[in-house]
Amino acid sequence: MAHLGKKIEISNLKVTYGQKVAINRISLDVYENEILAIIGPAQSGKTTLLKVINRTIEFTPGAKVEGKVKVDGENVMDVKSVYQLRRKIGMVFPLPVGLPLSIYENVAFAPRTAGVHQRDHLDEIVERCLRQAALWDEVKDRLDNLGTKLSGGQQQRLTIARALSHNPEILCLDEFSIAVDPVTTMRIEDVLKDLRSDMTIILVTNLVQQARRLADRTAFLLNGELIEIDSNEVIFSRSPANKMTYDYVMGNFG
Amino acid sequence: MISLSERPAGANSNLFLETPFDRKKRRTQSVAKGLFLLMTLLMVIPLILIIVYLFYKAFPVLSLDFLFTNPTNGMRAGGIWAAFLGTIYLVMISLLVSAPIGVLAAVYLNEYAKENWLTRIINLAVVNLAGVPSIVHALFGVGAFVLFAGMGRSILAASLTLAIMTLPVIIAATKEALGAVPMAFREACWNVGATRWQTIRRIVLPNSISGILTGIILQVSRAAGETAPIMFTGAVFYKAISEGDVFAYGLFDQCMALSMHLFTISTQVPGVPEALPYGTAVVLLGTVLVVNTFSIVLRIYLRLRKKW
Repeated sequence: MAHLGKKIEISNLKVTYGQKVAINRISLDVYENEILAIIGPAQSGKTTLLKVINRTIEFTPGAKVEGKVKVDGENVMDVKSVYQLRRKIGMVFPLPVGLPLSIYENVAFAPRTAGVHQRDHLDEIVERCLRQAALWDEVKDRLDNLGTKLSGGQQQRLTIARALSHNPEILCLDEFSIAVDPVTTMRIEDVLKDLRSDMTIILVTNLVQQARRLADRTAFLLNGELIEIDSNEVIFSRSPANKMTYDYVMGNFG
Repeated sequence: MISLSERPAGANSNLFLETPFDRKKRRTQSVAKGLFLLMTLLMVIPLILIIVYLFYKAFPVLSLDFLFTNPTNGMRAGGIWAAFLGTIYLVMISLLVSAPIGVLAAVYLNEYAKENWLTRIINLAVVNLAGVPSIVHALFGVGAFVLFAGMGRSILAASLTLAIMTLPVIIAATKEALGAVPMAFREACWNVGATRWQTIRRIVLPNSISGILTGIILQVSRAAGETAPIMFTGAVFYKAISEGDVFAYGLFDQCMALSMHLFTISTQVPGVPEALPYGTAVVLLGTVLVVNTFSIVLRIYLRLRKKW
């Protein structure tokens, strides 16, 4: 496929927590408007990688980052406003976190912190994001209810709506389907396919088949090392470049 | 209680029989439960006895007049107005000082401070200050406020001494309340580009306010009950003020206080009618109970609004 350009460039990235090496000298690029899946067993550094991209790694005491991560050609460590950087990136983590606010305020939270206060503007953002997250029809009559009282699957879609509420250009999903039933998972996957035309998506997943279904390219991480990154046709073929990739994808280990 | 072993014999009657081990566990369980209940009652009964006994002994003097008149006849008659108002002044001024400082310091320590040696020293200081005896705070108050700051023995000096005494406990309680707000909420906010302050204002403070207020209000009883810190810094044996006037004291006046008054009329003045100290104790206890009841109601109200 034709790539428009590099959205994220990661070069020689190393992250350590004290003595423990979480990511060991990884280099990879993420292209605009692609879905890049990142697969790998536990402790392979997938979540850490996402945290480096939006610099929330700073909130983990003892984490040390070496190497470069560029978003839109700019080193994330040198950006003038880290808040602008974070607004450019939507994050969805494994366990849904509904903020202790109403459903409406959960989605309006990010625009508000960015200085949007006009009610009709907020209304429009809330409806658009809830629709994009396939939640609008279920909650449109009770937007004043607490977000924390929704079911797990609904809260995860609320989390996705919140991640979309600040108009991100990159959407990172970290094992979003872990606390969600298969039907909801499929609905969210459909949402992601629609969103691809608007943004770059990084999909960290434990489900190899999910990566195969959704992604254009897949990266395989193991113990903080990048084993292989290539198009899905190669990764899920009989002959990826690395034998370990083949074994993992086929379920022979991990 | 259903005794499983007494069920009529039938095809399935042996399925859920109580084994000797089950029976032993059940008995241990009953003994443990009974013991804990007994301890709980042991704690409540003395409190009820104290209150009943105090009211019984104080009954002859209890009236609105008692509350709103000054002591007369060398403390052997009259009411406790000057002491009552003095205690209210001391408690309110001390909390006006210690509550904002304590809450803001706790927010800094819990939400902003990085884990380093300075933070550790400050946290250690807070814990140790909370354990300093009140008489030591009194000596500090004399040195710092009465003498060095030149406030003299005054309501202001006494209130500030009480504020220093309550400050570390308010900090500790506030930190605990802030720490009870799940970290995941903060991370969710940071991930969408909220600053630390936006996160604190919109999410952390609204969800910890009930714990913070409880911590502050509990310090009312402590400030009202202490005698040592105010004895050398502003409270006096006797001072007549205009009866019924809530603005009777100025910041730099000396004042009477309930705790000190109770101490002096029970130990320093001969020939005080028995009901007077008991009446003073009832008013002191009553004030504290009213404030505590208010705090409990507030806490229930805020907990009903809690959102997770």
